Amino acid sequence: MSSEIRRRKLDLKNGRVDLSHGAGGRAMAHLIGEIFHAAFDNPMLRAGNDQAAFDVDAGRMVMTTDGYVVSPLFFPGGDIGSLAVHGTINDVAMAGARPLYLSAGFIVEEGFALADLKRIADSMAAASRAAGVPIVTGDTKVVERGKADGVFITTTGIGVAPRDLVLSSDQARPGDKVLLSGFIGDHGVAVMSQRQNLAFETTVQSDSAALHELVAAMVAAAPQGLRVMRDPTRGGVAATLNELAQQSGVGFRLDEDAVPVRPQVAAACELLGLDPLYVANEGKLIAIVAPEAAGTVLAAMRGHPLGRDAALIGEVILDDHHFVQMITSFGGGRIVDWLAGEQLPRIC
Amino acid sequence: MCLAIPAEVIELLPDQMARVSLGGVGKVISVALVEGVAVGDYVVVHVGFALTRIDPEEARQTLALLAEMGQLAEAAR
Amino acid sequence: MKYVDEYRDGAVARRIAAAIAKAADPARSYHFMEFCGGHTHAISRYGLEDLLPANVRMVHGPGCPVCVLPVGRIDMAIQLALRPEVTLCTYGDLMRVPGSHGASLLRAKAAGADIRMVYSTLDALAIAAAEPEREVVFFAIGFETTTPPTALAIKLARARGLANFTVFCNHVLTPPAIRGILEHPDLDGVPGPRLDGFVGPAHVSAVIGSEAFAPFAREFEQPVVVAGFEPLDVMQAILMLIRQVNDGRQEVENQYIRAVTPEGNVIAKAEVAEVFELRDSFEWRGFGAVPLSGLRLRDAYRDFDAEQRFAMAEISAADNPACECGTILRGIKRPTDCKLFGTLCTPETPMGSCMVSSEGACAAHWTYGRFRDHARRNVA
Repeated sequence: MSSEIRRRKLDLKNGRVDLSHGAGGRAMAHLIGEIFHAAFDNPMLRAGNDQAAFDVDAGRMVMTTDGYVVSPLFFPGGDIGSLAVHGTINDVAMAGARPLYLSAGFIVEEGFALADLKRIADSMAAASRAAGVPIVTGDTKVVERGKADGVFITTTGIGVAPRDLVLSSDQARPGDKVLLSGFIGDHGVAVMSQRQNLAFETTVQSDSAALHELVAAMVAAAPQGLRVMRDPTRGGVAATLNELAQQSGVGFRLDEDAVPVRPQVAAACELLGLDPLYVANEGKLIAIVAPEAAGTVLAAMRGHPLGRDAALIGEVILDDHHFVQMITSFGGGRIVDWLAGEQLPRIC
Repeated sequence: MCLAIPAEVIELLPDQMARVSLGGVGKVISVALVEGVAVGDYVVVHVGFALTRIDPEEARQTLALLAEMGQLAEAAR
Repeated sequence: MKYVDEYRDGAVARRIAAAIAKAADPARSYHFMEFCGGHTHAISRYGLEDLLPANVRMVHGPGCPVCVLPVGRIDMAIQLALRPEVTLCTYGDLMRVPGSHGASLLRAKAAGADIRMVYSTLDALAIAAAEPEREVVFFAIGFETTTPPTALAIKLARARGLANFTVFCNHVLTPPAIRGILEHPDLDGVPGPRLDGFVGPAHVSAVIGSEAFAPFAREFEQPVVVAGFEPLDVMQAILMLIRQVNDGRQEVENQYIRAVTPEGNVIAKAEVAEVFELRDSFEWRGFGAVPLSGLRLRDAYRDFDAEQRFAMAEISAADNPACECGTILRGIKRPTDCKLFGTLCTPETPMGSCMVSSEGACAAHWTYGRFRDHARRNVA
């Protein structure tokens, strides 16, 4: 379809998305050709089919899908486009898999600036190229003004894991160690710093990153020692560990002093009365590993740029109540509970 | 709960406003409630307003007292 | 962070804990009330309970403005927010607080109300200036700390001619509530523990001054130590209280000397006095009506009073009768003594004031401390 388009038909500087861009006619072909195909260009996409066909190696197929809605769309360290690529690659990688291909579905609001759409598509393309995971098929819909917040993106990812590697959230066992790949809360703080009425000035950038190569290094280091991997996105480290505690039927004991938090993230959280353990990350992973493998895996993590600040933050314990407990830096004990609803600033 | 935190005044702005830094995080706040705020002062910030100035000498004394209390406990063991 | 991190030093804390253990007379018990939610939060968040001897018990008082806001006032705010011309601005703390029949500002927002979270009263003023066609109402809550910023916003609104800005005032005062607790330590005939002293508020005292608590030391013979909100501040204050009790002294001492003076913030007090006056009585959730404990706008500022402009009618709504917040706030019962705790009443579905905000006694115990109940049960 894109091969028919020779002349530019979109005003990428001042133009806006209108309903015709989603109506299936020539305008839609121009939009897809000039923005998405131009950015994501690869042979499978160029074939212009409604699906992508490919061969895969033998192994365990891994598949995931995720919708991306973020406000603001552009934030320090990334945007909804790079996030949609990284997040889905990471969800595939957390199974210990090598991500192969992505699909992308766009729901665009009428009136959205074409220049912004192009910026997002280019950012997705850059993220997908850097990760070596092409976007091979997709979909575009336009909805009336007021029916979407600018643009929503859904990405699906597919990958393949070694047949004998089974990472699953029900496999944490008492005695296992909890590894975290780096500083927490960067993404959430970077996004919050841009919010109207709550804004503050910070040099903290989103940690949005594709973690599959870090995962590959960990799998190579100790394939037998890995039990569970999870990226602590929404709800942060606290939500992820509470989920794992339920799913594995165990408890956790964390050491607050061992959890890496940047001073600016800690400060921003003080300002808004938030707890960094509940703030979102987009380029971090938690690994539950067998005690004897913890040292090897931690060393492998620290040998990768995205795991340079990795730390052992606690261990899995026997607990019928599935509490995530923490020894505070003060020496006392507390629970790191499920978040009650959305985390809201606590000020007065 | 009256969440309030000490921040350093780094720039005075018109209309009794000031830019403060809290561990590197910047925020523009009002200093209308505290007289004679100067750059370099630490103020206690609550809902976007400086409520009071931190007295560096008293802060030092509190820390010294804390250290002393701890030492007394050690000595008594 | 300067003036923060050094007051969170765990090694110093353990030494102070040893000093407390040594000072506390094993032949007696000590019941201290920390009035403020800020102290309750520090105690729970840092696990201070684990560092105190068993005979030193902290009673979590009612000093959380979100918790003590009565259901009826939330209902009034929701009704106001649902008016099509109104933009209701509020601190994030209030968004989830339940009104009657499961309503909340968060749900009202989902139903179409224009409700915006702000960090400061000045943000609400900026919205009023930017959107002159909207009636911008600031939903004001808080103690003496949060009141001066509201007063300044009202004066600025007048100076800038912002006729579309009003305040729904729910500001309350600390000393009358402490007086209420001391005058009525029992509830429905059930006697409370004799309190042996108070940890006085940190930032409230920065505004009203430590001397504001002198009457409690004199009239009620209660030791008071004004303390900062960092965990070492709280530990030091507890040690100071124990020493007062042991010495038979009843004084107002100031642990938070780096931020609190005897007279407080004179400018802030003057701004508040200019704009606000006392209400005869104001209801505290879990506590009932407390005389002379709430503020409203003076007549001179009635144009900025949302209750006047929108002719808001008082709504009175009752808490669940099984709720034990009243006895918990007086130290008569513990959160786990309440039938609703952890069953019907959790932070997701709070029934009473103590569960509403994370600074409330029940929420703090649920969120940070409930593993201790299981540990106790297992030992028993």
